[in-house]
Order: sequence, then C-alpha cells, then structure tokens
Amino acid sequence: MIRTPLRPLARILRARETGENPDAIEAENRAQRHAAIQERARGSARTRLFFMSCAFALAFGTVGAKMGVLAASQPSEPRVQTTGAQIISQRADITDRQGRVLATNLLTHSLYAHPQQMVEPERAARELVRIFPDLEIERLQKDFTGKRTFVWIKKKISPEQMQAVHDIGEPGLLFGPREMRLYPNGHIAAHILGGATFGKEDVASAEVVGVAGVEKAFDHWLRDPANDGAPLALSLDLTVQAAMEEVLGNGMKVMNAKGATGILMEVKTGEILAMASLPDFDPNDRPRPLLKGDPSDSPLFNRAVQGQYELGSTFKIFPVAQAIDLKLVSPATMINAKAPMKIGKYLINEFRGHNYGTLSVTDIIVKSSNVGTVRVAQLLGAERQRDFLQKLGFFEPTPIEMSEAPTGKPLVPKRWPAVTSATVAFGHGLAASPLHLAAAYATVANGGKRVMPTLIHDRRPRGGEQVLSPEAAQIAVQMLRQVVVRGSGRSANVEGYEVAGKTGTADKPRPTGGYYGNKVVSTFASVFPASDPQYVLVLSLDEPSTIGPGGESRTAGATSAPVAAEVIRRVAPLLGLRPATESQLPMVERPLPDGLKLVSN
Amino acid sequence: MRSVLYLLTALSVMGLAFWAYRENYRTQAAISEMSDIQRQIGRLREDLGVLRAEWAYLNRPERLRQLVDLNFERLKLVPFGSDQFVDVGQVAFPAPRSPEPAPGSAADADLPVERPAGFPPRRPQESTP
Repeated sequence: MIRTPLRPLARILRARETGENPDAIEAENRAQRHAAIQERARGSARTRLFFMSCAFALAFGTVGAKMGVLAASQPSEPRVQTTGAQIISQRADITDRQGRVLATNLLTHSLYAHPQQMVEPERAARELVRIFPDLEIERLQKDFTGKRTFVWIKKKISPEQMQAVHDIGEPGLLFGPREMRLYPNGHIAAHILGGATFGKEDVASAEVVGVAGVEKAFDHWLRDPANDGAPLALSLDLTVQAAMEEVLGNGMKVMNAKGATGILMEVKTGEILAMASLPDFDPNDRPRPLLKGDPSDSPLFNRAVQGQYELGSTFKIFPVAQAIDLKLVSPATMINAKAPMKIGKYLINEFRGHNYGTLSVTDIIVKSSNVGTVRVAQLLGAERQRDFLQKLGFFEPTPIEMSEAPTGKPLVPKRWPAVTSATVAFGHGLAASPLHLAAAYATVANGGKRVMPTLIHDRRPRGGEQVLSPEAAQIAVQMLRQVVVRGSGRSANVEGYEVAGKTGTADKPRPTGGYYGNKVVSTFASVFPASDPQYVLVLSLDEPSTIGPGGESRTAGATSAPVAAEVIRRVAPLLGLRPATESQLPMVERPLPDGLKLVSN
Repeated sequence: MRSVLYLLTALSVMGLAFWAYRENYRTQAAISEMSDIQRQIGRLREDLGVLRAEWAYLNRPERLRQLVDLNFERLKLVPFGSDQFVDVGQVAFPAPRSPEPAPGSAADADLPVERPAGFPPRRPQESTP
C-alpha cells in the first residue's frame, strides 16, 4: 500500500502558484487518512460483535431449548438406574431411641361420591349407613339426590369397609388413596407426638400435616424428601415411657389427683427419656380443643411443658446452692430461722406454723424452712438471685422441640422488690413449667453446667454454660440426698438408687387472685443416683389428697414423693441402672457334670 | 472383484441392521423388566411398612401388659426389678446334661429353634430389655 503524504509536493507547489492555502490540502489528506482508519476499526468491531452475538444466541438458545424440552416432555420415573433408599411415604416415621415405631404411615382409602353418576342413590345411602353407622341417612339422601356433583363421605376407611362399599355395586361411589398417620402405641407419649391431620385434600392424594407436638415442630423435616425417608429418632424410650405412664396413672388414682405429670431426663445430655402428662388422649383420634373454660382441663393440655405452676419448696435449693457457690455460707453455717419473719408489711411463716429456731444450711433444706431460705436469699440480694434464676432458664420458654414450647413461658414478676425476692426463694411468685424445673435440676446435677432439654436423640451435646461451680453443685446434690434420707422426702427413698430430691407443695392461685386453701400442686424433683447423678425425675400432681394416719394430707412428701419412688423403682432397672448394694451376692460355682464338688485346701 | 465387495458390504449392512434390531428389543425388554422389578420393590416396601406398623401395633405396651396378665398363671411375669441385676458368676446354672446317647439321631432335633416358622425376623430392638 502506498501511503499518501500529507503534503504532496506537486500539489503544494501548484496550489502556491494559484495562491490557494496549502494547509487545506493537508487537512483534506488527513481527513482521508482518518476515514480509512475508522473504516478498518469499524470492520473489526463488526466481526467482534458478530461473534459475541453468536455466543449469546448459542447460550440463550441452549437454555431456551432445554426449558422447552422440560416443559414439553412427560415426567417419568427413572426406570433403569436405582438408588438405595426409596421414599414410599410422604411423611417420615417417628421412632424412639431404640428404633421402635412411635408414628408411621398406613395406606388406606377415602370414600367419595359422584351423585350424578349414581344408579340408585336411595339404596346407596341406605347401604352406606349400614356400613358406617355414624353417617346420617337424611343428609346422605339429600346430598345424593340433590344437585351436587361431588360429596366426600369418609376420609379414612379400612380395607374391610372398602370391600363392603364395593359390594354395594354403586358406580357413583369412588375411592381415593390416602396416606394415614398411625400411632400404634395409642395413648403413650400422646402429648409429645401431638397428632396429624389432612391438609390440602384432593381425590388422588392428601397432604398429612402435623397439628401439635413433635409432628408440628418437625413438620418440614418429616416431609423433606432430602432425608431419604430416614425416621426421626426421638430421645424417648418407649418402655420407660409406658412404665412411667402406668405408674403415674395409678398414682394419680391413689392420690385422688386431677392431673399428673412426670419428666425423666438424662443429666449429661438433657435428652428426655419419658415425659407424660395425664389425663391424655389418643393421637389417632385427637379430641377437639376446648372452646371455653380453662384450657388446662382439656386432655390436650400438656402439663409438663405448658403448665405454669408455682413449684414451691423445690426452688429452695437454688438460692442455697448459689450462696454456697459464692462462698457466703457453707452447709454447716448456722442461720437464724425464727418464724414468723417480717418483710415490709408481709409476714413469712413456716409450714403448719413451725418455728425451727436456728438451723444449719443443710437443715434449712432438709426441714424445708421458708424463713431460713429467705435469710439465705437476703445474703445474695435480689439482683444476683434473679441473675442466677435467669441463667438456669426460668425466664424464657424451654427450647424443647415441640410446637407448644413457646406457650410455656414462665410467669416472672416484673419488679423484684424484697418481698418478691423472698417469696421466689421458696418458690412462690414465679410460675414455671415442670420441664423448667427438670432442666434446672439437671443443671445442678450436671456439676453446674447448663443443660438444655431436648427430644432428639444423639444430637451433639450443646456445650452448656457453667452457672454453678462443680463443688457447689455436688454439695447441693448431697443436701438433696439428706432430704430423702431424713427430711420431707423420706417416702421417696428407693433402696439402692440413692435418690436425692426435694419436695414442694404450693397452693394453687385462684383465677380471681389469692390462693386456694385446699388445692395444691405437689411436686417432687429428684436426682438419682446421688453419688453420680445420671437422671432427673420431676413429678407433679395437681390437686392431690390422700388419707394418711394423720388424717387428710396434701403435702408432696405424702403424695408425689411415694409416686416418684414407685416410678424410680420401676424405671431405673429398665434404664440399666444397677442398684448400689451394700452386701455382695455370693458367687456360685458351676456344678460339675458328675455332681461332685471340687474342694481344695 | 467389485461386485464381491458390493455383496459383502450389503451383507454386513444387513447383519449390522439385524444386530441393532435385536439389541434394541433386548434393551427394551430389559428396561421393562427393570421397571417391573422396581414396581415390585415399591409394593414390597409398602407391605413392609404395613407389617412394621402391624408389628408395632401388636407389640404396643398396653397389649403386652394384657397378655402378661392373661398368662400370669403360666409365665408369672412381674415388672423388672432392681434385685434382678446379678453377675454371670452369681447365677446357679443347672448342671450340664449328660452326653447324648446316640450321636447323629438327635443332632438335628435338639438344635434350639430360635423362633417358630412364620414369625417376623428378629430385629435388634427386640433383644433389648
């Protein structure tokens, strides 16, 4: 290519001769050169743009084509390759810690009708009522002969009933497959499991939705296909739960109580082995919630989690343990516990008007002295006392995995004057659920490390906060042991299991204010075995009364403590806990086949 | 020479077509057999679920308790107590039986039958207390 000079000499000379401006020639040539450069740049940009647009078209074309294919193709199961586990039900099973089924699914059928397709609607209605006596014949006949085109008849029917309906031979009666939630153990662990019902319903299928308890709390998890149908393993033990419910039911009858609740918890992990609340219900046929009146009268009410009770003297161990932790007192420190004691305008009295005089700190717990506990709480001060109870979890709902957990928020006094501080020290004025108490006792039994109650088995232990020094916690457990050895909890002593516990009898508050004189909640909170605490049992009876040698009695020592002893007697061997025996059984030698005994000297 | 080549090519094409035809049908048969098996597996799993539910229902503590009460005369079962923990050395075993009289005749009959025929297979949770 020949490059044109900007000022070609020939043209310049000619221009000079004609008197033109030679700069115009230069400008013209420069413009030509720039035009050429521009043309080249435009060409290369066009190629680039072309390739870019090709790439974009290809990318979007691929995505679009794939979307079109997905939209247009029929869905089909993979037929050639298989995976190990296949999900057959839409909701995973729930098992106990040993894999025993607590909730599972069963395929059944629902029954519906297309009245317009019916041949003999009157006869069909008559026959249906013969099979299902709970249906109303007038209503069915009205539905079948009217203008309706679709009628649900039954949501769940058994195979026998289905065959009977088949035998009617009516083409307008149709069946839809249904997956039904089944609780094979009936009443056992009813409150924990909750129950399930149908959500969105269709002819071909229905959604099973949890309505309460674990079923509701883990609704998404149970329905999540990513779990590959793995069951939800709860920390419950079915055998222990059944034994506890049986003993609790009998205890409730013997003690003439209105309700009862029991919680058995592992100290180290906070896993709940058994939790019962009586009266209970059958989750297969969950009753309707009460629309009026006190919700706690309904069998649906879970006393262990939702109940808010003033738990009485069982609280006394907390200020005492804290005072020992802060080295304000030792178990042998003598405290003036002369009753009555005056705080402001309020008088604090002992149970049945006792006056204990001066007591050691251990004896305050053993004799359950209100005044002594208040004195110890006064050493602490309201601020520290409140702080400690907060650390034990008495100010917020328990973190247990049930849908009812948030409703069990403790009733905590808003202000904390001296008199509140005093009454809270012996368990009045602060209402918490028995589960709160169990978690707090587990914390004390766990060497002062905070324990969170859980219903899920084998989850990694959540490292708890140290709220109490291990030494103070151990002393507290030993004091609780003294209560059972020589104090108010003597009736809870079980040979070999070193039960340590505290009784608590609290008057029930009237809904109108004040307290009932003859209605109590008696609680026994215990830890066993005392030398190496492994389990916590909290047992609470609602309005118990028993006729003892000294007349009618409502104290926890006479009502809930013996029931708790029976629970421990039944349950501890099931947990594989060996009794600590003083005398060892003799070893027996295996007899020889010839009946001779080897003797040596 | 050329016609032989044509003939051979034609024959090999026919052979390959025949082979492809057979392979196609064999694949189809395998796939349908596979889906048949899948369906069977699904049905068996469903049955297994039902059996498990039934097993759990029959073993519910309430029913076991009733059965224990019904058969108390024969079995004399009472709740497991704390006095039942002993070491193996503390158990007075019965004396071992004298050697078998005729080896061979009773060998098969004396084998302990773990479960009668027709029972569901032993599952780990059953052996726990």
